[in-house]
Amino acid sequence: MEKRVVFSKLGLPILLVAPQIVITLVFFIWPASQALYQSLLLEDAFGLKSQFVWLDNFIALFSDPHYLNSFARTVVFSAATAGLSLGVALFLAAMADRVLKGATAYRTLIVWPYAVAPAVAGVLWFFMFNPSIGILAYLLKGLGYDWNHYLDGTDAMMLVILAASWKQVSYNFLFFLAGLQAIPRSLVEAAAIDGARPFKRFWTIVFPLLSPTAFFLLVVNIVYAFFDTFGIVHATTSGGPAQSTTILVYKVFNDGFIGLDLGGSAAQSVVLMAVVITLTVFQFRYIERKVAY
Amino acid sequence: MKPKFLPIAVGATMAVAYAGSAMAATEIQWWHAMGGKLGEKVVEIAEGFNASQSDYKVTPVYKGNYTETMTAAIAAFRAKQQPHIVQVFEVGTASMMAAKGAIYPVYQMMADAGEAFDPKDYLASVTGYYTDTDGNMLSMPFNSSTPVLYYNKTAFEKAGIAGPPATWPEVEAAAKKAQAAGYPCGFTTGWQSWVQIENFSAWHNLSIGTKANGFAGSDTEFVFNSPDHVKHIGQLAEWQKSKVFDYGGRRSESAPKFYGQECVMYMNSSAAYAGVKANAKDFEFGVSALPHWADVGSAPQNTIIGGATLWVLQGHDAEDYKAAAKFFSYLSSAEVQADWHQFTGYLPITTAAYELTASQGFYEKNPGTDVAIQQMTGKAPTENSKGLRFGNFVQIRDIINEELEAIWGGSKSAQEGLDDAVSRGNALLRKFEAATGG
Repeated sequence: MEKRVVFSKLGLPILLVAPQIVITLVFFIWPASQALYQSLLLEDAFGLKSQFVWLDNFIALFSDPHYLNSFARTVVFSAATAGLSLGVALFLAAMADRVLKGATAYRTLIVWPYAVAPAVAGVLWFFMFNPSIGILAYLLKGLGYDWNHYLDGTDAMMLVILAASWKQVSYNFLFFLAGLQAIPRSLVEAAAIDGARPFKRFWTIVFPLLSPTAFFLLVVNIVYAFFDTFGIVHATTSGGPAQSTTILVYKVFNDGFIGLDLGGSAAQSVVLMAVVITLTVFQFRYIERKVAY
Repeated sequence: MKPKFLPIAVGATMAVAYAGSAMAATEIQWWHAMGGKLGEKVVEIAEGFNASQSDYKVTPVYKGNYTETMTAAIAAFRAKQQPHIVQVFEVGTASMMAAKGAIYPVYQMMADAGEAFDPKDYLASVTGYYTDTDGNMLSMPFNSSTPVLYYNKTAFEKAGIAGPPATWPEVEAAAKKAQAAGYPCGFTTGWQSWVQIENFSAWHNLSIGTKANGFAGSDTEFVFNSPDHVKHIGQLAEWQKSKVFDYGGRRSESAPKFYGQECVMYMNSSAAYAGVKANAKDFEFGVSALPHWADVGSAPQNTIIGGATLWVLQGHDAEDYKAAAKFFSYLSSAEVQADWHQFTGYLPITTAAYELTASQGFYEKNPGTDVAIQQMTGKAPTENSKGLRFGNFVQIRDIINEELEAIWGGSKSAQEGLDDAVSRGNALLRKFEAATGG
């Protein structure tokens, strides 16, 4: 028989879980249900006139080819951002893990960008890549590449991906580094004695042991790319040129807070919420199986 | 038209801190979107008013750029915490006008407060944008500008170009001469929808939308895909290939192209004057009227404004509105307006302010600063050049931006892009019509 620890009275456990439940209700369930309700309304900006229009907002969305296109763009953007920031962070963490001298200095420097607000990160890259005055655009021109994210959609997409993943590298780095340091040295050393080369050691021992961290970060990064990146797009490309960087969350922000179309924006946020919930469920069901805890 | 991002935290904090000391005075809140130097000027104006009398006190609060300020005011209204006065940019006009229960029309407030107010004192081309169909002024003009052509005089001399081009073919000729003299690009533009579609239309007396550009009803439809518009935009797209024209961003991001002498001509707001003056370090610059096509419409007609006005929001005491009315009288006095106009490059909103500025010899000392005002007042505005009033226009401008970028990038022809912009814009107009009850 399995031994179970149970509370003798109901009061204490309820008290203990209450804060979490309240926070979830106030900061997630309530706003989410508001968004759900709002998405069925057609309302003027001031909230003076409001009509219940059932699913009109959703029908309008899905009959708009531009909205459907932005799905594809979001997939490219999110996959690239998550991939790039995870890859770079893992590489840096693996390197920093082996550094003996000045490790704290390296770590502090790598963590810095996380303190930068998304919009500021965007502006930073925006200036470096500015076709007229940007230093990087100037260097690229020297190499024979005419960088112009005002006209070229691919350039613009690369710019926002770069800015978005640069900011996230620090966060991933911290977790990867902590994960790496939790791996017992003896395992790696034993493999080294058996003649395994660094890459082999990393791939067969370190990486599998790191998989819980990697999985957690994958989920967090996808959520980040889907939800948190509108500031970067807003500050760099405003979704252009010609919609080439209009990702779903930017459209939610732009239609709601700039265009003041609350119903349409709420409908988009409901769609986005559904997409992310599906993705997360999918990740937990299928990818988590490959994770060794 | 130029968005101002720099916060004036110091000024705003001080203004808020002062608010506590003068308990006897009726205090009203003024939310504005003027950052940096302009923000300091706004604080100066409010302090000037506060010092001029002791019954009322205006507290200016910086709320971010235009869209942020408008969004903040609307959110505050929904939460019943609205300011008395809010600065709203011109494309938000239709949204504000449609919010009948939320706004207190300025002409009505001035009458209720018993404050002398004559709309005729104001420049018709400015107020035209903000009056209802019965000719009543709904908001108080504050900062208005219109697009002009800035040109690099030094480069023009080097390339042997006689003077500023008046027509588009002359722009092309000047650009090619400049390119031959080693300058990489002819001209660039800021705010492309405002300059190359909206003002292009007004300047050539062409309609942007039906129903007198939306003034006569919200059941308006866009028509800026006419052959004349297609010709102009198609020509720009053609020029983009040879860098006679070079696109540089949706707002004023193209300015460095002019400052860095990459492009020798630059079309943007007359309020960009101070910025151009500060940044044109290695060359002389001149200001001239927007170019026109001699064979299109009845050009040159007049251009339309951008910028912002002050709206009064409902839900406060009568005494508060008296304060707002007094403040508006102070704000539109010739001295305050002339000072604002000379400092910022925005248009003087009253005839008296214009005349005062002229009599002070400002235009002679600063050649080009009167181009904007002449361009706006040269002819009596027509139905096509009075302004525009379209709902959801903030979003529609984004659509126009997107389609124009597709045209400049070559993925759509001018006809396709403008057709798409018109049909997507019309969908948003219908949505606005439905949301505000027509």
